[in-house]
Amino acid sequence: MALQDKYAELLQTANTLGVDNLAVAEKDGTLHVSGTAKSTADYDALWALYNKIDPNMASGDLMMNLDIKADAGASLKVTTDSTNLNIRSTPSTEGDIVGKAAHGEIVTLVEKTDDSWWKIRTKDGEEGYAYAQYLSPE
Amino acid sequence: MKITKTLMALAILLTLGFAGCKPKDADIKANVETALKANPDAANVTVSVNEGVATISGEVKDDATKAAVAAAAKGAKGVKDVVNNTTVPAPVVVVPEPASVTTALDEATQQKVKDGLKDIKGVTVTFSADKAVLEGEVTAANRMKIMQILAAAKVKSDVSKLTDKK
Repeated sequence: MALQDKYAELLQTANTLGVDNLAVAEKDGTLHVSGTAKSTADYDALWALYNKIDPNMASGDLMMNLDIKADAGASLKVTTDSTNLNIRSTPSTEGDIVGKAAHGEIVTLVEKTDDSWWKIRTKDGEEGYAYAQYLSPE
Repeated sequence: MKITKTLMALAILLTLGFAGCKPKDADIKANVETALKANPDAANVTVSVNEGVATISGEVKDDATKAAVAAAAKGAKGVKDVVNNTTVPAPVVVVPEPASVTTALDEATQQKVKDGLKDIKGVTVTFSADKAVLEGEVTAANRMKIMQILAAAKVKSDVSKLTDKK
C-alpha cells in the first residue's frame, strides 16, 4: 500500500476528474494506474502531478497508462516539438510515409488502432497512421 | 360540577389502569431480542425501545436481512412500531487490474518505444529484462514525453542515466 500512499493525491485527483475505467494495482514495487482522461487538460494535469510527487519521474515506480477520451471524428492537434508528424501506411515506423502533418495542425481521428498508433486523416484527405503521443485531442 | 369531577376522576383512573396494563419498554426490548435471536444474521443488531417503539441498529449483510429483522422486531409482543436504523455495507466493487500489470516487454512493444522516441533527439534506449533504459540529455518537456511514450506502451522505465538539458 505504500505506493498508493505516495501517489494518494494523484489517485484522488484522477477520481475527482472523473477518469473513466480507473484501475489501480500495486505489483512488485510498481504502482499501475490505467484509465481514460476526459480531456487533454486533465491528462496534462495528472502528468504534472506525477512529476510533482516524484520529481523528474525518476523512481520508475509508477506506470501511468492513461489515454484521453477521443471518438472517431474527433479533432486532434499535432504536438510535435516543431517538426512535421509523419503519417505512415502501417502502424509502425517501418511503414511508408504517406503524408505529413505540420506542428500545430488539426487532424481528424479515424480510429485508435492501439495505445501507441492512431489512424488519422488530414484536412487534405491524407490518411494513415501516426504516433499517438504526438496527437492531443482538442 | 359534580358530574365533571366524577368524569375527570374516571378518566384518570382509566388512564392509570391502561398504563398499568401496558408492557414495559424493558420487557418489549427483551421480546424483540428474543425474536431476533432466531436469525443468526441479526447477531450485530442492537435494540432500544421507547414507549413501545423499537429502534433497531447495527450492520446487517444485505437488504433482505434488513427487511427480515425489521419484520421480526415488528412481530415481537408489545411493539407498536419499528424504526429500522440497521445498515447494509456498500458493495465491494471489483476493479479490473490495469493491463500494464501483465504486459511483457516483447519485441513489438520495444519497437513501439523506439518508434515513439525517434523524434526525440539526443536520447538512446536499450532494454533490460523488464525496463526501458534511457540515456541522454533532455528538456523537461521531452522528459515528460518520454515517460508518456513508455506508459502508453506499458513499459517500465529506468531514467537514472537521463540528465537535464541546461
